[in-house]
Amino acid sequence: MRVKLSAMRVRNDLVRRIEELSGQDLLACYQCGKCSAGCPAAFAMDLLPSQVIRLVQLGLVEEVLNAKTPWFCAACQTCYARCPKGVDLSRIMEAIREIALQERGDYLVIEEIPAEELAEFPQLAFIGGFRKYTA
Amino acid sequence: MRKIGIFVCHCGLNIAGTIDVQRVVEEIKKYPGVAFAADYKYMCSDPGQALIRQAIADYGLDGIVVAACSPAMHEVTFRKAARAAGVNPYLTEIANIREQISWVHQTQPEEATRKAIETIATIVEKVRYDEALVPFSLPVVKRALVIGGGIAGMTTALHIADAGYPVVLVEREAQLGGKMRQLSGLYLNFDAAPDLLETKIAAVMQHPNIQVLTNAEVVELGGYVGNFTVKISSRFQVPGYKLQVPGSEIAQSGINPQPETLQPETLQPETPQPETFTFDIGAIVVATGFDLLPKSELGEYGGGRPPDVIDGLQFERMLAEGEIRRPSDGAVPKEVVWVQCAGSRDPELHMPYCSKICCMYVAKQAMAYKQRVPDGQAYVFYIDIRSQGKGYEEFVQRAMTEYDVLYLRGKVARVFEEDGRVVVYGVDTLSGKAVEVQADLVVLATAVVPSAGARDLAQRLRVSTDEYGFFSEAHPKLRPVESLTAGIFLAGAAQFPKDIPETVAQASGAAAKVLGLFAQREMVQEPTIAFVDEELCAGCGLCVAACPYEARVMHPWKPIAVVQTALCQGCGACVVACPNKASSLRNLSTEQLLTMMEPVL
Repeated sequence: MRVKLSAMRVRNDLVRRIEELSGQDLLACYQCGKCSAGCPAAFAMDLLPSQVIRLVQLGLVEEVLNAKTPWFCAACQTCYARCPKGVDLSRIMEAIREIALQERGDYLVIEEIPAEELAEFPQLAFIGGFRKYTA
Repeated sequence: MRKIGIFVCHCGLNIAGTIDVQRVVEEIKKYPGVAFAADYKYMCSDPGQALIRQAIADYGLDGIVVAACSPAMHEVTFRKAARAAGVNPYLTEIANIREQISWVHQTQPEEATRKAIETIATIVEKVRYDEALVPFSLPVVKRALVIGGGIAGMTTALHIADAGYPVVLVEREAQLGGKMRQLSGLYLNFDAAPDLLETKIAAVMQHPNIQVLTNAEVVELGGYVGNFTVKISSRFQVPGYKLQVPGSEIAQSGINPQPETLQPETLQPETPQPETFTFDIGAIVVATGFDLLPKSELGEYGGGRPPDVIDGLQFERMLAEGEIRRPSDGAVPKEVVWVQCAGSRDPELHMPYCSKICCMYVAKQAMAYKQRVPDGQAYVFYIDIRSQGKGYEEFVQRAMTEYDVLYLRGKVARVFEEDGRVVVYGVDTLSGKAVEVQADLVVLATAVVPSAGARDLAQRLRVSTDEYGFFSEAHPKLRPVESLTAGIFLAGAAQFPKDIPETVAQASGAAAKVLGLFAQREMVQEPTIAFVDEELCAGCGLCVAACPYEARVMHPWKPIAVVQTALCQGCGACVVACPNKASSLRNLSTEQLLTMMEPVL
């Protein structure tokens, strides 16, 4: 099946949200694949980390939202440490997780957690890693 | 009886690792006529050469055989060393025991050693009958011809003219400028091509040492390096100028007049009839540039029929004129696709080579498009991005990050019209997705091919081209601005696709080669060429037909053939053709060849 590319699709709302949430320039990635080559969790992933960013570049966010890869990302930042273009892929993965939760609902409403308890929480990406089992 | 010295080189272990060098020396010492034999680790080194000079002095040697690497490497070195000790350089010969023996027989040291001894013996026989020769010297005409008035030709012409030598610049079109005339803003800084070009054209037109002939072509070339005779047909003069053509008188008079400045008062109406001028020329620079592969060759990309499928130069015109509007209905295109490698890197159907300039100009065009149509989407289909140059890679990455140009890795399979749009079938191999774009405009980065007529010109100039029609350089690494024909140099895309910075660099290199030639008072020519024994020559003329360099002509009144020494390259075709054995090569006579055979039989 041929994917129809257009300005509408390439720059769709979900792509813009991923850019906004992650703070990353998606088109900075030139697809060298170094992130995939070094990712310690890649063996368990259905899409390689570099493929995730490529699909987002093409505007094919639905495929990424349906994939397991964002949930296997442990936010270890090995990819970011090695990326020649300085793209923080773990932030993009987190943005994708957040959008997945927002789009499909989450049992946990962060706003309802008391602030003092929230302060005790580990970082969001770490929590995000567990939420793949519950969302 | 000639006293011959043998000098066997070890070349480190290159030779001595296979060949038993000591045994070679012992054996060859016994050969008739050998007065001295020695070996040394590196004969080309200073102590090695000193050994040769000392032996010449001590033993009164008058013939030298150096058994070492190929004569292409060090023949000149050893001939110089021998001459320094008083032996005519043409009595010094090389026996190649490295490339032709030690390197190719590494597993057979015994046979290699025997072959080395025999090979050296054949060269001893050659030296025994070699004549002491003296190189010829020929005068140099210090006027250059530059063919092609694009950026390459104009750059070369200006350098040569600035150095004080007259230049004839021939341009086929009515105006100078070449392909650069069609360009808009250039990478990396979007410099306006017309501005850069106008400055160059003005400098060329106003230069007192440059004669410009437009609408002109080289029709005939005679002579040889330093002394070419060139016929140029000019259909009419540059609009606005009637040019002084002092060089055309020189051909008849032999006097060197000062080149004249173009005078506006010499304006004359254009003459429609072709005029032919003859110039005496010392060196020629070929700068005939390129063309683009016609879109009609690319059937899968519409074969040139859809109006909204254009090539890179057409898009350049749009950029230069300011507004981007698609040809079919004048609408501003919102989705534009660039197709790289359209006809390049395609050994099956089109050109197998990379056209080199497209990656960069496509990035530039996509950026320029986004500057003019900020809400437009630019797509670039590529198979590799080749951005080799100072600042080039950074430039391409700016196209991606600052201008949001979407690069898609894959070759486009099909381009066709549908409902007023141009549909592009492509692929993105990075994601493994076949993709389709409904484009408003498609720009094909069509392959760069030699300028039309380049092959014909090459034949007239007797220089070689490659299989595509690009002019061949003498050596890909060490002689990239020379053709294989002495005195003819190359600049710009006539030799191979290249962008403006590279073209200007090569054009400057070609100018330096021309100036190097002009700096010589006279030219030296190798004396190892053919000669005719007048007693044996029957005047049959077979050699005249056989000679590939037009160096053999019939005597004006005697029934014999004569050699034009300056043209002869010593190839030996005439020797083979001659039924009377009247043709012979200096220091490679038939008798010499037969005696050289004896040691190996």
